[in-house]
Amino acid sequence: MTHAFLLLVRRDLRIALRRRGDVLNVLVFFLVAASLFALGVGLAPELLRAMGAGVVWVAALLAAMLSLPRMFAVDLAEGTLEQMLIAPQPLGILVAAKIASHWLLTGLPLALVAPLIGLQYQLSADALCTLLAGLLIGTPVLSVLGAAGAALTLGARAAGVLLGLLLLPLYVPVLVFGAGAVLATLTGVNPAAQLALLGAFLAVSCVVGPPAACAALRIALD
Amino acid sequence: MIFNYAAPQAFYPVAGKMIPWFAWLAALLAIAGLTVGFFVAPTDATQGESYRIIFIHVPAAWMSVFLYLVMAGWAALGLVLNTRLSGMMASAIAPTGAIFTFLALWTGALWGKPTWGTYWVWDARLTSELILLFLYLGFIALKGAIADPQRADRAGAVLAIVGAVNVPIIYFSVVWWNTLHQGASISPMRSPTMVATMLTGMLLMALAAWMYSIAVTLARLRKIIRMREGDAAWVQMQRNSV
Amino acid sequence: MSWGSLNEFLAMGGYGLYVWGSYAMAALCFLLEVLFLKMNSTK
Repeated sequence: MTHAFLLLVRRDLRIALRRRGDVLNVLVFFLVAASLFALGVGLAPELLRAMGAGVVWVAALLAAMLSLPRMFAVDLAEGTLEQMLIAPQPLGILVAAKIASHWLLTGLPLALVAPLIGLQYQLSADALCTLLAGLLIGTPVLSVLGAAGAALTLGARAAGVLLGLLLLPLYVPVLVFGAGAVLATLTGVNPAAQLALLGAFLAVSCVVGPPAACAALRIALD
Repeated sequence: MIFNYAAPQAFYPVAGKMIPWFAWLAALLAIAGLTVGFFVAPTDATQGESYRIIFIHVPAAWMSVFLYLVMAGWAALGLVLNTRLSGMMASAIAPTGAIFTFLALWTGALWGKPTWGTYWVWDARLTSELILLFLYLGFIALKGAIADPQRADRAGAVLAIVGAVNVPIIYFSVVWWNTLHQGASISPMRSPTMVATMLTGMLLMALAAWMYSIAVTLARLRKIIRMREGDAAWVQMQRNSV
Repeated sequence: MSWGSLNEFLAMGGYGLYVWGSYAMAALCFLLEVLFLKMNSTK
């Protein structure tokens, strides 16, 4: 089973490396959106510092969502999705592989780039660390819940916008705790509590998300 | 015995007969509730007359949450038992639930302005209510975007269940958020214990809202049944006989 | 609860805009909901 998992992840990574544009799209959107917010709000340092956590997190959420419709749509078009459904391996393992590759291609790069954006918002070194840690824990949640959302909207009209409408409410706790952790660090409070809650939410998503995604995939391909 | 009515064709006339009863109950309860609310309940010591919004605000808020749980319940039932009527029931409830959620937010904002000086504050209840509105709209949008009705029902059911799990989590996350930011910790619902007449008025209006929801949902259900089973012979007969 | 006059009732102690604004929106919503249901109801 691990063999199938790794195989699928490697395959997705190889395909993505051939079409680098998709991955870069996400990062560029993230950079542009975050920068525009800074420009739009005016450049007072205190204001930027207060807003930075929230803006970076929201921009990361939106950027991650850009890539979600593609998670299953390409496989559906090529017929690989049906192969996944009738494969001897449990669908859960294969869905987990899709989630892992999505995170490696979207969430991880976003998390690594975010501290650079954080500098634009005058965040301190401590806050940047908290930002990085929070995003490393929070972006997998986006991929897990995103998989369920992408599966639900597979083949639906205006899937991209619909996906946003469905997922953004569910991301609220991630946003609240992720941004809250950075704000706590800025005021000198230990962000361990928020980060722990983020971790807890990740755990809950991992329990709820993959089964929902599997159910939704079966519904979509019946 | 009750499973005889699981078929849309069997339930359609039953629903039709039930609607007038619930509609009249709703009207009578609303008249009673508003009478108590505006002509029996006294002026509030701290809030003056503005508190009278409570007689529409609280019932709307209660119904918005209650209807979501009922809707998710029906959707889940349809997913498990594979019954068409359950999925249709969930679709029938959704718009009414969304309307009550909107009303709760609207009346809440109009109540908040004179009482706390602001139309909106990001406390746990208000934020969760706003998210609930998005969940309703997402459910309606998802169902509308999927062409095949059976598939739409089942996808909607998955979404409704995930949403139902998430709403308490969202609520507590915002509670936590607010405990860190003392400034935003005023809870609009922490009102003092209520005079009996105020409570009576509120409960009457809540019952009225409930009866209204049932009547409207059943009417919408009949509409959905007609739309979906439109080619079936019995619907054609109905149409021709009317 | 006795209102002195119709004007007092409508003014709601100065909060008339908020109170009636709420109930008017509610009435509008329910009216529209029922109307939408009646629309296309007889085909």
